[in-house]
Amino acid sequence: MKIGIVDCGGANLNSIYYSFKRLNIDAFISNSIDELSQMDALVLPGVGSAGKVMETLSKKNLASFIRETNKPLLGICIGMQILFDYSEEDNTECLGLIKGNVTKFNKKDVIAVPQMGWNKVECKFDNTLNGYYYFANSYFNKDSDCTVGYTSYGNQFSSIIKKDNLLGCQFHPEKSSTAGEMFLKNFINSI
Amino acid sequence: MLTKRIIPCLDVKNGYVVKGIKFKNHEIVGSILDLASKYNEEGADELVFYDIGASTYDGIVSKEWVKQIAELINIPFCVAGGIKNLKDAKDILNNGADKISINSPALVNPNLIQELANEFGSQCVVVGIDSRYINNKYIVYSNTGDEKTIKNTEIETKAWIDQVQNLGAGEIVLNCMNKDGVRDGYDITQLNIMLKNCDVPLIASGGAGTKDHFKDVLTKTKSSGALAASVFHKDLIKINELKDFLRKKSINIRY
Repeated sequence: MKIGIVDCGGANLNSIYYSFKRLNIDAFISNSIDELSQMDALVLPGVGSAGKVMETLSKKNLASFIRETNKPLLGICIGMQILFDYSEEDNTECLGLIKGNVTKFNKKDVIAVPQMGWNKVECKFDNTLNGYYYFANSYFNKDSDCTVGYTSYGNQFSSIIKKDNLLGCQFHPEKSSTAGEMFLKNFINSI
Repeated sequence: MLTKRIIPCLDVKNGYVVKGIKFKNHEIVGSILDLASKYNEEGADELVFYDIGASTYDGIVSKEWVKQIAELINIPFCVAGGIKNLKDAKDILNNGADKISINSPALVNPNLIQELANEFGSQCVVVGIDSRYINNKYIVYSNTGDEKTIKNTEIETKAWIDQVQNLGAGEIVLNCMNKDGVRDGYDITQLNIMLKNCDVPLIASGGAGTKDHFKDVLTKTKSSGALAASVFHKDLIKINELKDFLRKKSINIRY
């Protein structure tokens, strides 16, 4: 099995690459549609800002490739956020694969912005995935038709989304210790 | 609810983890990868690596160990030391660090904070602040890695905290220098003063000596986490035991 990590700019693509390596899964970082087309599944890491990630994806025609692909795709953090219609961050029109918007945490509701650290996820489709995961985000989706995992920070928000071939998580499974490993294994097993 | 973080800090000098008392007299306490791996297994929520020689000697953090840590552990880690520009930061983040922390270079060029936040996002950008209580004021010190280079910046800590937040810092590590390495408790008074106008996560640093010190800082202040070095390196406190203890005190801690 081969996993394609979509190079959508930003730094730190290696973290997710190493986490697959620790699970003995072949992963490749690429921004070439030809190469990514040969993979069994895709990961959209998305570190940086929604605007920059969408700009990079559009420049390399990757946005339409991702919109059209039937391959299992895991979006992580901003990689999940850009699956929605719109993000308040940089006033960005996103991929529009999942209905909903992404907004910023309100400083009045939470202790600090960004949300930084380990928070509890309750997963509706598989309670063995319940646990603490690592988050580092200032933006979030409150709720959507495709939300299958919830977390509370001030208010409840979408921490896992799922629709057809798409899976998204607001946390970083590659940095979430054994819980994160379980989550990635679960994704791999679904391929 | 977001849990409080327990963060071992590894001061790195010449490829080894070291620790001094009040920023002086550094002694070697172990190898970087051995300690990283140990703390990961014991349940640390995050690790911080400070290359304390870097700013002092005008060097840059060697990236090879950053990559080795990223391959080895599956919890977030932050690298600090001598990051002076976007390229330095990018190299470290590309090697697998989750955050970079800047201290002295930000005092020389505060705009660096903004440049880093714009390029990588605020969540990657930590500002470390070494603050000392002197003449009835909290003052920021720079180049604290070596007693020969340490400098009073004459900037008040409160003003600096305001400024770094405005520039886009995503987190602050506040090291209370009067307490560093002496293990008689975190500086609750200073932390509460500084937390009043801090909207980003603030990590308390300096003074941990007992499990109760961690309980105090996490219950008496709104710090997002507690950072410590010597008590962990010297095995005075084990992280798994500390976390059990804090959970029993009803503090929200990951298990």
